[in-house]
Amino acid sequence: MSDCILVATRKGTFLVDKLKSGWTPRLSGHPGALVNFVARDPNTGSLWAALGHGHWGAKLSRSTDDGKSWNDATQIKYPAGARYLGTAMPTEDSPTLGKPTPREATVLKLWCLAFGAPSHIYVGTIPGGLFVSRDGGETFELNRPLWNHESRGGDLFTTEGNGVTHWSGTPASDAGDFAPGICSILVDPRKSDRVLIGVSTAGVLATEDGGKSWQGRNKGLLNDYLPNPEAEWGHDAHATELCKGQPDHVWQQNHSGVFHSSDGASTWKKVSEPERGVHFGFPIAVDEKDGNTAWVVPGKSDQQRMAIDGGLFVGRTQDGGKNWEQLRAGLPQKNAYDVVLRHALGISGNRLAFGSTTGNLYVSEDRGESWSTVANNLPPIYSVRFG
Amino acid sequence: MAKVELTKHLFQFFPQLEGKELVIEAATVAEVVRGLEAIAPGITFYLCDERGRLRQHVNVFIGEDQVIDRRDLSDRVEASSRVVIMQALSGG
Repeated sequence: MSDCILVATRKGTFLVDKLKSGWTPRLSGHPGALVNFVARDPNTGSLWAALGHGHWGAKLSRSTDDGKSWNDATQIKYPAGARYLGTAMPTEDSPTLGKPTPREATVLKLWCLAFGAPSHIYVGTIPGGLFVSRDGGETFELNRPLWNHESRGGDLFTTEGNGVTHWSGTPASDAGDFAPGICSILVDPRKSDRVLIGVSTAGVLATEDGGKSWQGRNKGLLNDYLPNPEAEWGHDAHATELCKGQPDHVWQQNHSGVFHSSDGASTWKKVSEPERGVHFGFPIAVDEKDGNTAWVVPGKSDQQRMAIDGGLFVGRTQDGGKNWEQLRAGLPQKNAYDVVLRHALGISGNRLAFGSTTGNLYVSEDRGESWSTVANNLPPIYSVRFG
Repeated sequence: MAKVELTKHLFQFFPQLEGKELVIEAATVAEVVRGLEAIAPGITFYLCDERGRLRQHVNVFIGEDQVIDRRDLSDRVEASSRVVIMQALSGG
């Protein structure tokens, strides 16, 4: 179990250490800067942070001294000629513009990080590019087979593509940027050439050959918002996680419910229990050994997106989603309206931690049975990882 | 030789520029940015995106005039110009 929690917030990177006096937060770096995700490379021990400066753009930052100092890392840039299909809002000049048109890609957001084989680092971005480093982060390269995937219009580097994209958008910032985003990257611990990604809004794709080819993995997902709920694409995969010890068990907190797969995301089964409050939400955590145990922090419907009825709880299943418990001990049950974003629930052994956009951070040492408050006045929290 | 002034916000990322008189030989804004990059490697990607366009929330003034060409940065800079690079007043 890790004794350090990495917390990415609207105003900086915080590290929370387990000391004799209890869990203790400290501002580690990036004061005032928006931080989307912080994670530790298990192969090197380096810390990585995905920043989104309001004025200066998205930047990767790295610390090689356990968060004492941070420096700009190699910056991720879309290569010249990278384009994606998007639909612009109608304007006075183009009042009927509705057909997706190619747009030049620039990094709108660095959204999540993952680590695979030694020296392999993955970065998921908006507008939907997966960048991969095979040299420990010295260089990053856009994965072109995914970028050129037929589900998003084909190769727009060298052709005009087929003009049809099944990848819709997600907000990239408060400034109105809206484009597809890679929000989950899961490297199979058994075979690092096997990687799953989750996309808001498209669904899940997998590669079995180290990124040379990608296939959709959305069979069984159901959406509440398209004319065809069983459409192959268009699923809003808020967060997707796998069980490290049983990697064929994959879980997803989707915009339209909680889904579980026991066959490596080949097929999904909806396991929400709305009558127990488990349906809408953003994050999900999966037990590191038992693929049938998972935790969610539900929110009240996609229209409200806050704690249900003013009381915060964590939902847990230990039987593959057949039954859900509401774990409330130690969490506020009156006037609590926190929302917990997709990367803001972490797990390490029997420990879990989550943070809300209200700046509250909670930890459980006993698999969610009981919770204690670590902080109430942090900036809005975007990501919580142990490391 | 344009005299370039930067918002102090940038000094936290490029401390080598703080307190320095920045006089850059440049005929256009693009050349000002290139001159800055030579002194402070990486600063271009703070001011511009990977297509070379001025970022949405970055402003450049030549004298008291805001630059027009945010795509190619072709606005002319005179030898006596004062070029001011600042962040737009946005965010929270």
